[in-house]
Amino acid sequence: MSALQRHLPDEAATAALARELAAAIQGGLVVYLHGDLGAGKTSFARALLTALGAGERIKSPTYSLVESYRLPARTAWHLDLYRIADPGELEWLGLDALAEPDAVVLVEWPERGAGALPAADLLLDLAYAGAGRAARIEARSERGARLLASLASPA
Amino acid sequence: MDNQQFSKPVLGIETSCDETGVALLRWEPAAPGRGLLAHTLYSQIKLHADYGGVVPELASRDHVRKLLPLVREALAEAGLTPADLGGVAYTAGPGLVGALLVGAAAARAMAWALGVPAIGVHHMEGHLLAPLLEDDPPAPPFVALLVSGGHSMLVEVAAIGDYRILGDTLDDAAGEAFDKTAKLLGLPYPGGPALAALAGQGRHGAFRFARPMTDRPGLDFSFSGLKTQVLLAWQQSDRREQTRADIALAFEEAVVDTLLIKCRRALATTGARRLVIAGGVGANRRLREELAKAGQQDGFSTYFPRLAFCTDNGAMIALAGAIRLAAGQHQGEAVQVFPRWDLETLPPAD
Repeated sequence: MSALQRHLPDEAATAALARELAAAIQGGLVVYLHGDLGAGKTSFARALLTALGAGERIKSPTYSLVESYRLPARTAWHLDLYRIADPGELEWLGLDALAEPDAVVLVEWPERGAGALPAADLLLDLAYAGAGRAARIEARSERGARLLASLASPA
Repeated sequence: MDNQQFSKPVLGIETSCDETGVALLRWEPAAPGRGLLAHTLYSQIKLHADYGGVVPELASRDHVRKLLPLVREALAEAGLTPADLGGVAYTAGPGLVGALLVGAAAARAMAWALGVPAIGVHHMEGHLLAPLLEDDPPAPPFVALLVSGGHSMLVEVAAIGDYRILGDTLDDAAGEAFDKTAKLLGLPYPGGPALAALAGQGRHGAFRFARPMTDRPGLDFSFSGLKTQVLLAWQQSDRREQTRADIALAFEEAVVDTLLIKCRRALATTGARRLVIAGGVGANRRLREELAKAGQQDGFSTYFPRLAFCTDNGAMIALAGAIRLAAGQHQGEAVQVFPRWDLETLPPAD
């Protein structure tokens, strides 16, 4: 499958990439977000959700585990599974609705929910690179590949 | 509703997120804390008898297996039987839908079997009313600062049931900022209290971080950027132990100062003279000292409930439920929960 690499010099660049992705989404999308604490996963998710119309108040789901947003065209879900020890615990989150085809689902620390999450369309990996970040987006489905292609081609 | 019923104890059940909490409270309007007959949290008790001598490591949020042993424990502690109960209160939201349903289903089933009323309580109303469980409880109107791992809110409590959210976080909660900053500085997660202890060895003025969102009007919070500032400072430093403590202190000062500025602003905005601090971050020593000092300077009183009532617990749910049950409020038999529920839409309690 295809992949896209970007250098992000600062947090504004992370947010710009998220807005670019948001503008290209048609229907639903499942994104797994990888990267160390402080790498910018939540900043990316926040910028993407705001661009989709979720407003400016995007609370971190680290403690609540899941936050949902009713957007004009769809529902968006923002999960942070950092505090999940066993995928069996996801039972308490009521995740059935994540399978809706039009849902936008952003998952931080997805490895902790292996087997209990909808399959990813895109994997985003954020790594420290000097003062900035190295972003790598990889497509994991046809839907993801189409989206990535529209991002990669010059506007 | 027959108010006689509420000279009887109310069972309170909290299962909205990580903690399973149960309490028994008899409604005593003049001194609610005196009516508290028992309160238990899963982590506090031994469940040997219930599990045949073996105590399994139950996962967080496994409320199904924790709840009934806790109810039995609370009844035993109070020397009561189920037949003594006058009503049941449970957290109906906000929270995790699966976790809320466990408490709601158990509460509704018990109430139905016992023929007593049951009421779904708003989790945050529980937190706001928890200080009433202490001696010298604050009378409304007051302003509550609710700071924990999951919340950073300022709420105006005009009367019981009449709440206005003055400010909320735009991103990370204050307690979350403590825990994540601790991790960035190499402490084990969740390390908020360890970070505060480390700050005790820091030197004032060695580092300084911005006080987020204090340079503009409004009562909202934003703690996410502070994390990034700390990380940069740490990465660019000599990474010695003293430096780690210096950064921890500068971080703690930035958070406490920000909360203090917003509390003063909230008191000025509302004209309230009483400030209640709830939530796990309310245990932070520097926060307590700075708020108490500001109270002496500005002439407002501060109220800090004990830590067991700051974090999620069953007593606050029993209390909020008992107040509403005594006012004749309760709902039908359907098991209903509200994972998202606006605090400002609650009806008055009388």
